[in-house]
Amino acid sequence: MDALDALEIARWQFGITTVYHFMMVPLTIGLGLVVAVIQTVWHRTGKPEYLRMTKFWGKLFLINFIMGVATGIVQEFQFGMAWSEYSRFVGDVFGAPLALEALLAFFVESTFLGLWIFGWKQLKPGIHLACLWIAVIGSVFSAYFIIVANSWMQHPVGVEMIDGRPVMTDAWAVFTNNTALVAVPHTLFGALAVAGGFLLGIAWYHLWRRRRDGVDTVGVDGKVIPGDAADIPGRDRDDHKVWIRSLRIGAVVAMISFAGTALTGDLQGKLMFEQQPMKMAAAEAACHDGTGFSVLSIGNLGSQNCDDIVALIEVPGILSYLAKGDFTTEVQGVNSLLPQYKEAYGTHLPDNPIYGERAGQEIDYLPVMEVTYWGFRMMIGFGGIAALAALVALWLTRNGTVPESRWLMRLAVFGILAPFGANAAGWIFTEMGRQPFVVAPNPDPNGIDQVFMFTAAAVSPGVTAGELLASLVTLASIYGVLLVVEVKLLVKYIRGGVVSAMPELVHAPIDENEDATPGPGGPGGGKPADDVLAFAY
Amino acid sequence: MELLPTIWFIAIAVLWTGYLFLEGFDLGVGMLMKLFARDNTERRVLLNTVGPVWDGNEVWLLTAAGATFAAFPLWYASLFSALYLPLLVVLVALIFRAVAFEYRGKVDTDQWRTRWDWAIALGSFFAAFGVGAALALTTTGLPLNANGDREGGPLAWFSGYAVLGGLAVVGFSLVHALAFLALKTDGDVRHRARKWFVRLLPALLLPIAGWALSIQFLEGKPWTWALVLLAVAAAAAAWTMGRKGAEGKAFIALGAFLALGTASIFGAVFPVVLPSTLNEAFDLTVSNASSSDYTLGLMSVVAAFGLPLVIAYQAWTYWVFRRRVSAAHIPEAHSFLPAIAARAFTTKG
Repeated sequence: MDALDALEIARWQFGITTVYHFMMVPLTIGLGLVVAVIQTVWHRTGKPEYLRMTKFWGKLFLINFIMGVATGIVQEFQFGMAWSEYSRFVGDVFGAPLALEALLAFFVESTFLGLWIFGWKQLKPGIHLACLWIAVIGSVFSAYFIIVANSWMQHPVGVEMIDGRPVMTDAWAVFTNNTALVAVPHTLFGALAVAGGFLLGIAWYHLWRRRRDGVDTVGVDGKVIPGDAADIPGRDRDDHKVWIRSLRIGAVVAMISFAGTALTGDLQGKLMFEQQPMKMAAAEAACHDGTGFSVLSIGNLGSQNCDDIVALIEVPGILSYLAKGDFTTEVQGVNSLLPQYKEAYGTHLPDNPIYGERAGQEIDYLPVMEVTYWGFRMMIGFGGIAALAALVALWLTRNGTVPESRWLMRLAVFGILAPFGANAAGWIFTEMGRQPFVVAPNPDPNGIDQVFMFTAAAVSPGVTAGELLASLVTLASIYGVLLVVEVKLLVKYIRGGVVSAMPELVHAPIDENEDATPGPGGPGGGKPADDVLAFAY
Repeated sequence: MELLPTIWFIAIAVLWTGYLFLEGFDLGVGMLMKLFARDNTERRVLLNTVGPVWDGNEVWLLTAAGATFAAFPLWYASLFSALYLPLLVVLVALIFRAVAFEYRGKVDTDQWRTRWDWAIALGSFFAAFGVGAALALTTTGLPLNANGDREGGPLAWFSGYAVLGGLAVVGFSLVHALAFLALKTDGDVRHRARKWFVRLLPALLLPIAGWALSIQFLEGKPWTWALVLLAVAAAAAAWTMGRKGAEGKAFIALGAFLALGTASIFGAVFPVVLPSTLNEAFDLTVSNASSSDYTLGLMSVVAAFGLPLVIAYQAWTYWVFRRRVSAAHIPEAHSFLPAIAARAFTTKG
């Protein structure tokens, strides 16, 4: 193998750009849903704290949204740029969901979000709110189409092989692939988990700061006494409501979404044991057939020799439950599966030039077990920690504010990262666990035969390793810089609090009956087009 | 000739026309941030003319690329992999431009704004140039082998047509943006934009005319020659309307010029979608590069509903934000930091 191996570079590039893109996207989807609900509550009740929540969380949503947009274009282009053989092979079936995503979802998302950002005064309040809902629903559809495309790589359906290429024969099967139908809710709950942790951590910080600055105090009964900081715009009693409500919404969303990811993940696992048994055996780092779920395995996972691995702590029956729903069925381990894979899909890569210098090499059907084993556990672990933390947070804030502890506050803010980690780990697990296939074979005996593709055959034959390295370095460094910029901006707006998203509060009267905040009928209620720019860049 | 692949060839031409028409002016406005606007207020006037719509405009690019993938996977795979480095430049340009639109106003310092202004201007320039180069090369050809892979290394795509196509889209975007600003702003910006439009239109449309004409000389058919003549007439009409101060008509005439010009180019190369400069037998055509009729049929049904819907709600967006923007509308830069963060920072600890 050369020092510069085009395939390896292309894989790193796809991995880095996709994981990065999928940091921004779950926050976009999850926070978008939450902001839409909050604005709906404001629309219904007219309570000023809900307007403030809409504006504040909406501002953070937008700072993050644009990064998802910017990095999303790379995703669509790089199939053709770096993976031209893949694109040629799957184009008949894989291109359609991507094109439909742009046509039916992304147009909706970006157009209606533009209306929402700039249309606070140009649109009637109900229509303005509807624009946000339409944009958010667009983002959910976007996720659906992308996951349909991805699920076809995990579990190809609805095609026939004609002249060596899969040709779509049943669109219904492709768009209702059972792999996708469980992966979509799983991903959406994962996105909501991110939003929940985000609200919880940031709201905690603000409540903590109000206590630290002596704005809020705690009475003898332990209950909070919200106060006004007369000298600082926006830090009044409504501000306290903004944060305590955000915190509670965040905690509840975090817990519900963990339950949702667990339930859908369980369904997904059971499908995966049927559809990609090797992925699940590798997730378990299990050599031999068995029923036990490994809590901790030691040994050299990296050696890829599964007899080196010893499950130190194992819970009997759980693996069977994950796979089949009972506690006794033996689940096949790596040693049983390897011969089956070799028999079905060959022992060596064909002597075909599309495999480049890998042509004729022996095929290793075992995914990188360090990644699958730990990826699976980190996904569940980070998700569980976040949900548990949310429960504790609800208890600790039962009196209407947070404890004074700076460390607890730091923990809450740091905890924002946990659901991000769970999402990334889950995707890395499922994509790495699919290897050595880019399109995994569908083992269903009634399914389609021989529709699979090895990753080694997928990369663009005409593109040099140097080009791929140039793009990997360029994109990774730009993404790195932009991550710093995004986080800095988010921190700046978070520190600024609600007033950072509502400059009008600076001039607003600050007293108990504060009334400068317009009610739902207020913004543009009278003369919609009075202001040309309700919002200006 | 197969019907569905032909329909999708036309659909993709329409998507590219839509992209160049819509993003054309916001790319141009981006470049004019540095070339035309005189101070920060004017730059914000420019920015806010496209603020609510640029992201929706950009989706036309994603749809054009996605539709090419779905309808002509071999065209998509060969074109995108052969143009690896130029498309990387386009991606980088689009990333910076998108982020700059959103982040420029988020910190109130001159240094911050200046940096993002450059990101918008250069991002717009390189995006326009790169897309133009890629489109020109798909009409004039790339050194592709029998498998559709590029021969000759990372820069083998380079030719005079790449430069011509790049300049064509840059030039068109600039003149289109001037027409758009004349239509969408008021006050000094409007008058200057009109003046620049009339003065610069002939020169800025020269490269796109050069591209259209060279394609006609290579592959032209009588009906595509006729389209070129109509396009020239539309450009002349745009120029005349601009001189008369009929801003709306000038903008529409320029749009007609674009549609006719694109149709003349795509029509001339049809049925070839990407010629090989190595061997005519390796040319990708609507027949040998397309997806199955089943896939194309499915996409046709969805697009028949989806595309008119997109056009309808995007048109509505332009109607909602139809009012002219002028310097007087630009609110003060909003700096909340002195108010609250000062306290947040000082009481740290």
